Formats: sequence, C-alpha cells, structure tokens
Amino acid sequence: MASDKTKEKIRVENLHKYFDKNEVLKGIDASIYEGEVVCVIGPSGSGKSTFLRCLNKLEELTSGKIVIDNYDITDKKVDINKVRENIGMVFQQFNLFPNMTVKKNIMMAPVELKKMTKQEAEEKAMQLLARVGLSEKSEAFPGELSGGQQQRVAIARALAMNPDIMLFDEPTSALDPEMVGEVLDVMKELAAEGMTMVVVTHEMGFAREVSDRVLFMAEGGIMEEGTPEQIFDNPQNERTQDFLRKVL
Amino acid sequence: MDFGRVLSEATPMLLEGLKLTIGVSLIAIAIGILIGLIMCLMKMSGNIILRAIAGVYIWVIRGTPMLVQAFIVFFGVPQVIQLFAPSFRLDAFTAGIITLSINAGAYLAEIFRGGILAVPKGQTEAARSLGLPKGKTMMKVVLPQALKFSIPALVNQFIISVKDTSILSAIGLAEIVNKAKTYVGKSYEFFATYIFVALFYLALISILMVISNYIEKKLKYEEKKKSGK
Repeated sequence: MASDKTKEKIRVENLHKYFDKNEVLKGIDASIYEGEVVCVIGPSGSGKSTFLRCLNKLEELTSGKIVIDNYDITDKKVDINKVRENIGMVFQQFNLFPNMTVKKNIMMAPVELKKMTKQEAEEKAMQLLARVGLSEKSEAFPGELSGGQQQRVAIARALAMNPDIMLFDEPTSALDPEMVGEVLDVMKELAAEGMTMVVVTHEMGFAREVSDRVLFMAEGGIMEEGTPEQIFDNPQNERTQDFLRKVL
Repeated sequence: MDFGRVLSEATPMLLEGLKLTIGVSLIAIAIGILIGLIMCLMKMSGNIILRAIAGVYIWVIRGTPMLVQAFIVFFGVPQVIQLFAPSFRLDAFTAGIITLSINAGAYLAEIFRGGILAVPKGQTEAARSLGLPKGKTMMKVVLPQALKFSIPALVNQFIISVKDTSILSAIGLAEIVNKAKTYVGKSYEFFATYIFVALFYLALISILMVISNYIEKKLKYEEKKKSGK
C-alpha cells in the first residue's frame, strides 16, 4: 500500500449494488486505513456516490460485505445507528435542517442521542463554529447563509458527534466557484489533523494535494488506485488516462 | 322578518349553541389530529398490516357521508353494545365528538402524509447519517417541517370540521343550528334566524383564520432555494 497508514478502518469486499435491474456497483474491493484521506474520482454515473453511500448504509447493498472498525455493517445484528455515530457525512446539497438555527443544527444529534448534555453540546457547537470560521452565525438560520457557509456548518454538524471517519459526497459541487475554496480549506485542516476521510470529488487539485490515495472509478468498478502522483502523473489504465485528459 | 325580535329573543340560545359548537370542534380537532398523525404514520410504515388498517380506515371514512357516520355512531353502535351491556347509553355530545374526530382524522392523515412527502429526502438522510434512529428522525426532523408544509391544508380542514358540527344537529346535539331549529319552530322567523346563524359561523371561521395566519407567519423561516437537483 502506498500509504504508511496501516490500521484498517474500512474494508469493502465484493460489493454489488443494483438499482432494480441496473447494476451500479460491480464487485468492489477496497480498504481504507486509519488517518488516510482517500479521494474517489471518476466520470458521472460511475457509481462513486453510491459506493460512498453504501459505507454508512444510506444505500442498502445488494451483496458483499462492509466492515467498519471490525463491525460488519452488513450483519443484521449490528446496530447501524451506533456505527453511524462514528461516521460523519457531508452532502452535496448540505441538507441542513432549515427550521433550526445553525447552533441547533449542530447540537441536535449529540443531545438527542444522549452523547452530551445540552450545555456540553452548546460548547462543542461554538467550538466547531469557531473552527469553521462561523462563530458569528450561530443564531442564523441555514437559509440566511451562503452555500459555502452552509457547507461549513454541515461539516461542523457532522463533527459534533466526534466521528472518526468522515464521508464527503461531492461537497463542493453545488457551490458557486468563489465558495469552493473556503470549504476545501476546512477539509484540508481536517485531513491534517489525521481524520480518516473518504471524499468523492471533482476537485482534482484537492485530490492531488490532500489525498494519500486516489481511487479512480468507472462503470461501477475501481479501475485504478494509487498515490496522487501515480494516478495524476502516470496513470496506467486507459480509462483513467482518458478521464484525466478530459478534466485536467 | 323581524331582525330585532330575533336578535333579542334568539341570541342567548344561539350563543349557548355556539359554545357547544366551539367546544365540540376544538375537542374533535384535537383528537382528530392525534388520530390523523397515528394513521398517517401507520400508512407510511413498513408494516403491511398497519398500512392496511390505516388504508381501510381512510377509505371507509372518506367514502361515506358524515351524516351516515353520525347515525351509525349515535344510533347503531349503542344498539350493538346494548346486546352485551343493556344499560349502555351514549349521549349526543360524546357521539358527536367521536364522529367528528374520526371523520377529521381520516382527512388529516392524508394531509400529514402530503406534508411528510414534501420534506426533501436529504433531510432524512442527514439525520440518519448522524446516527438518529428512524423514529427520532421522524419526530425531530421530518414532522416539524412536514407540519409547516401542512398548515394551509390543516386550516382548511379545521374550517370544514367547525362547519361540519352543524351536521351533528341531526343526532340532537344542541349546537347552534339545532338551537336555531328549535327557535324557528316557535317563531317562524326562518330568514332572520338562519342569517344570524350564518353570521355566527362566519365570525367563528374568521377568528380561526386570523389565528392561523398568525401561526403561519410565526413558523415562517428563511428557506434558501436549493440549487441543482
């Protein structure tokens, strides 16, 4: 493995996913190691987002196995809600709760799931807001924020549960170009702090700069994987070469 | 057609009837909301039996006139129960509330369902991804937003329910129309009396609309238009 991070955090074995009769994931094997930042790139319709959404079972897999921290989440006996508490997710469309203030958005899960008292959650929320540079917006509603600000709040909300894995599903794709940077900066900081991250992205600059490993997906499979240098400077697979020629 | 006479003679009776109209409406709407929520959640649950029960309930209640439902509740059901408990009695007040609340409940169930379906799927996904179980996601994230989407239709149903109390005059509930009928029986002041009754309803519904507008305004929050899909 290219990365020096060796403790396996997520293991995916022979993952298949069908939507009706349409096979979107055609047998994926992958491992993600603790502290690793893995970017998943590839053309639209390649199954990147579906793959990511299988990792916390927002998408039910058709067959195969996903093991997270030694919990087989495909096992019916494993409480998926408990596993999800340790996996933060950030969505393309932010999905903030529009009827709650920014602070309440962040506090909701830790309080409802009895991870923290109200007071602890509030402190945590303010801490996280400071970290994403939005302390002064704590009482605002999501609708009053720009897209970039909303996405930073969404990251803070996911971090409030103290997850040790973060999933990002095209976090900058719905943003105006001038707001992409502020979100990527927060993500870079997170990566530098050693968070295990799986990022589906079209931001090739980010993938090259931040990731330990890049997975290239096409047609429901991982076509090629390697360090950013390997993938971007010396791609072996024809599909990878073709894709990179179009996007770079 | 002596409006002055009706005003002085009938007003005390009509006000008394109005009290009952308001009382029955409020209680029935409160119970109806509860029934509606439960039926809505049953209809949307994964359990096929719960779904079927809710489906049949909504189908039967919406498919039959409330007058017939009132007759069944008030005259029919006690007859059956008396076979086992001969001393059983059901007064018009209780029967009226039962009829009106099961009636409103069926319509409210569909209103709530529409509201829930209007909440974007991403809201559920965000809550579930944080580790919230299904029930908590529904109670804390989806329902509050669904309720807001439902308000216009809810107010509409409340208005209908208030007016539907008049149907209950047929089982002898002493609400405002019933009182008016009694009065015109003695006075033959049909026109003036029923105009007054109509005005009472109009005033009542107007108050309801003012209150609902206020609530709707209070619940309004900035909602950013989502770009893309």
